[in-house]
Amino acid sequence: MDKMKLTIDGREVSVRRGAKVLEAAQEADIYIPTLCNHPELEPYGGCRMCLVEIEKMRGFPPACSTPAAEGMVVKTVTPELTKLRQSVLELLLTEHPHPCLTCHRKELCGPFDVCLRSVSVTERCVVCPKNKRCQLKDVARYIGLDEVSLPYTSRGLPIHTEDPCYDRDYDLCILCGRCVRVCDEVVGASALAFVHRGSQALVGTAFGQPLTESGCVFCGACVEACPTGTLMEKDGRWAGLPDRTITTICNYCGVGCQLRLAIKDNRILRVHPDPQGPSNKGLACSKGKFGLDFVHHPDRLTKPLIKRDGKFQEATWEEALSLVVQRLSQYEGDSFAMVTSAKATNEDNYVMQKFARETMGTNNVDHCARLCHAPTVAGLAQTLGSGAMTNSIADLAQAKTILVIGSNTTATHPVIGFQVRRLARKEQANLLVADPREIDLVRDSTLWLRQRSGTDVALLMGMARVILDEGLADMDFVRERCENFEAFQESLQAFDLETVSQTTGIPAQDIARAARLYATQKPSAILYAMGITQHSHGTDNVMASSNLALLTGNIGVPGAGVNPLRGHSNVQGACDMGGLPNVYPGYQSVGNPEARAKFEAGWGCSLPDKPGLTLMEMWDAALDGRLKAVYLVGENPVLSDADASHVEKALKNLEFLVVQDIFLTETARLADVVLPAATFAEKDGTFTNTERRVQRLRIAVLSPGEARPDWLITCQIAQRMGAMGFDFQNPEEIMEEIARLTPSYGGISYPRLESGGLQWPCPTPDHPGTPILHVGRFTRGKGWLAPLRYRPSEELPDKEYPLVLTTARLAHHFHTGTMTRKAKGLAQLRNEELAEVNPQDAERLGIQSGDAIYVASRRGRVTARARVTEDIPFGEVAMSFHFAETATNMLTNPALDPLSKMPEFKVCAVKVGKAT
Amino acid sequence: MAQELEAIFQKHKRERSSLISVLQEVQYKLGYLSPEAIAEIARFLKISESEIYGVATFYAQFRFTRPGEHEIKVCLGTACHVRGGERILEEMERELDIQAGGVTPDYKFSLEKVACFGSCALAPVMVVGKEVHGRMDPNRAKKIIRALR
Ligand code: SF4
Ligand code: SF4
Ligand code: SF4
Ligand code: FES
Ligand code: FES
Repeated sequence: MDKMKLTIDGREVSVRRGAKVLEAAQEADIYIPTLCNHPELEPYGGCRMCLVEIEKMRGFPPACSTPAAEGMVVKTVTPELTKLRQSVLELLLTEHPHPCLTCHRKELCGPFDVCLRSVSVTERCVVCPKNKRCQLKDVARYIGLDEVSLPYTSRGLPIHTEDPCYDRDYDLCILCGRCVRVCDEVVGASALAFVHRGSQALVGTAFGQPLTESGCVFCGACVEACPTGTLMEKDGRWAGLPDRTITTICNYCGVGCQLRLAIKDNRILRVHPDPQGPSNKGLACSKGKFGLDFVHHPDRLTKPLIKRDGKFQEATWEEALSLVVQRLSQYEGDSFAMVTSAKATNEDNYVMQKFARETMGTNNVDHCARLCHAPTVAGLAQTLGSGAMTNSIADLAQAKTILVIGSNTTATHPVIGFQVRRLARKEQANLLVADPREIDLVRDSTLWLRQRSGTDVALLMGMARVILDEGLADMDFVRERCENFEAFQESLQAFDLETVSQTTGIPAQDIARAARLYATQKPSAILYAMGITQHSHGTDNVMASSNLALLTGNIGVPGAGVNPLRGHSNVQGACDMGGLPNVYPGYQSVGNPEARAKFEAGWGCSLPDKPGLTLMEMWDAALDGRLKAVYLVGENPVLSDADASHVEKALKNLEFLVVQDIFLTETARLADVVLPAATFAEKDGTFTNTERRVQRLRIAVLSPGEARPDWLITCQIAQRMGAMGFDFQNPEEIMEEIARLTPSYGGISYPRLESGGLQWPCPTPDHPGTPILHVGRFTRGKGWLAPLRYRPSEELPDKEYPLVLTTARLAHHFHTGTMTRKAKGLAQLRNEELAEVNPQDAERLGIQSGDAIYVASRRGRVTARARVTEDIPFGEVAMSFHFAETATNMLTNPALDPLSKMPEFKVCAVKVGKAT
Repeated sequence: MAQELEAIFQKHKRERSSLISVLQEVQYKLGYLSPEAIAEIARFLKISESEIYGVATFYAQFRFTRPGEHEIKVCLGTACHVRGGERILEEMERELDIQAGGVTPDYKFSLEKVACFGSCALAPVMVVGKEVHGRMDPNRAKKIIRALR
């Protein structure tokens, strides 16, 4: 990179061109005191703490905002500077409790020491929750202020404790504005602002409302950015310094934020998103920052449970394991099925599928990816050759146009959502949002395409047609790198603008404008999630997305691509590890004799060649008695699967059900044996995030009671059943075996992961990983343009069930709420379902916000309170499935996508009325 | 309120730079900036409520509480201060049973302190609605208010 040289305090420093003086100094480990500066924010120059002297420049420029230049001579320590900084600091400290900051015996003092310096408001550092982590103190010590001549006058402001998750004590605020700027510039929520002026100036919200009313998303970025003790997590507020800090990966969504867990006395004291985290760069969302206390919840399973006479009794591991082994040995072959877990590590998943295939002799392996991205895996494998996000998260910064379709990104993948919003707000990228609901991102979008639920194929194919008709396609790319163009073009006949506009309900000129932006303002990235996949035509939706990218050459280049956002922390990894009925690890087909021979040799056994049952097929097989025993890890199908009462019936019909989990979930209650598992914070291993990045988890705390890591439990069962090849000493050894048998993980090893994650494919130990797929060549050779036909959703509204129910997600909760509802702060933010109803429908039905209503489909009926809002279009209702009390999936339609066997979660017909 | 705001929004571009003039017109129309009005402006201009409140509180011209039918302003500028403006304010606070900056529950009177009306010759000064009352003393001030009850 282009560098320049300058001299700082007599030392020669070289730094990248465009850097500020401060960065140059930091490069050379020269400390300059700063308060308002923050690496992720634009320079602000507000606190005047970083003043320096620069030869040939007048005055004392601030280092944080002054650009460095070739040959510059900078001094950071001079008597004048010290005096200047002292007086700036002195002024600042007249409004901040300072007795301890200037005290000469500060090293000796403790919280309850009697102190004559203590003023009437005893705000001293020794009683501040931020003590010893405070940046103001670092600066004060460096500057060496011994005395503040003006007295400290407390502003006597009330401490804001009304919000969940964190408190605000503005008496400690130095108005550096870092919180305001991070919330605005980085998060895009702008929940905090400078309010009032002059001596009244303060940071706050409109009318001093609580944060819950002010658009705050509780990501905690402001708490992380605050240099003082003003903003403090409620949890561990008074617990002081941690014993140690462990870097690991968040257990919730597929962004895979790298988190630093501050540990004290075997508890997670606080969570700090890691500025070095490749996918999150110092950010997190409410779940990662404030939602990990489920780890210490008293309801954690700590001992194995065996059901005797319909009641669970605690048992020893010895008893539980021998019972499991004795029962499972009766069901070897296809009467057994294994459900693996997208919340468990790669190593856990690898061992589980190996157990099913090697020990139990069946390919009946599946997990909840069936219910999220099975259409992605099926669809993209067919069109591109690889069913994963083609590009990287960081790549988005280079996109000129971003099409977000069927993804409420700020709720489901908040850290990616923040990035998208930031790019749109800075007008670095056009943001096209296609969603029936008025999701958060709509506010900052260039164009909002409000399609009717279930009409995505029409919209995407309509856009493709406009692109072709107007000659905006990248025909060179199509000729050189794609195939099947003629058939595809033929199928576009049906998608003329007028028809498409009628089908989708989007004005024709908007569709055309979106198509033009996408095709001409390149690179263009597509982001999608469940709004695309969870349909009975989910695979078609996926292929329609890849069509658009192929047609415009938006693939294989930075800032472009087709990017499915994966839901669980390790759903990508669980698929990669072969937690699927038709493939071994690395998507090597069980039907392919070569692949089978390789695994037979590797595992020293013979393997079945017939693909196994998918998740929904398993439940059918359980009902008709073909399937007799299930070993289910870390899943809760009773709440998560479509037509949930059907699933419950199926599970009850089994002869033997083992559930391995961290809590006694709704599903675990149905088990014969429950095995207590360790959480992500209690084990070593790896997760693969949505951008295919394999990242390291590390043990942060010890498991409560006798809970054990998943891989170990499965290995112990396998070994007791006499299986060979399960004598792993630790997850690292498992990864060695994975690397041996999985070409795309071939170069991955724990020592390499120490220095950050690696993106697969990473075939050899010297391969740097692959941030962008399909560069120069598609995994399948040529890109395949898919001819498609619009198929309406299976169940459309009719007289009896006049409304469309679409399922959605909330930002503060995850999946079936097993973990998030046990996190105190998150549960305070929202603890019940609120069914969204459009005002027009609400008026007709006589419903008001807050009313108890019922929602019923042909399959079931649930109750919830209503939230009347324009966010949801006329004729539709939206609900999440986070709350067991309102088991939304009792209603959803199990109609399956023919290719991927995905049920239609996003559209079913319901009726709604006041609950009586 | 919704209609009045809608009429104002119609006249403006949906962009940040419209903020100050929208705020001014809303205050002119409604007499103050209510939380509901700010929420609507936020929705229209796609700026957060906190940010709008931050901008609005930076300028002295905006008020955030509903004014009373009779707006009472007591001057505490230098001249009025010297001649006992403070005592008039206290008397008003007692009489109306509200603090400066407040409004009576029936929204009949609101009370504010200001710094100099430019009528220092008449100090101490109290303004009721648009009418300036000079050479006040607590007793006379009380009578003026009582006459309005
Ligand atoms: S928690 Fe996040 S959204 Fe809320 S005020 Fe802080 S930075 Fe803004
Ligand atoms: S709350 Fe913290 S970050 Fe925000 S202005 Fe005050 S000191 Fe700075
Ligand atoms: S849930 Fe996702 S976005 Fe939130 S902290 Fe965890 S990984 Fe990051
Ligand atoms: S750090 Fe440079 S002015 Fe605040
Ligand atoms: S000081 Fe009261 S009018 Fe000037």
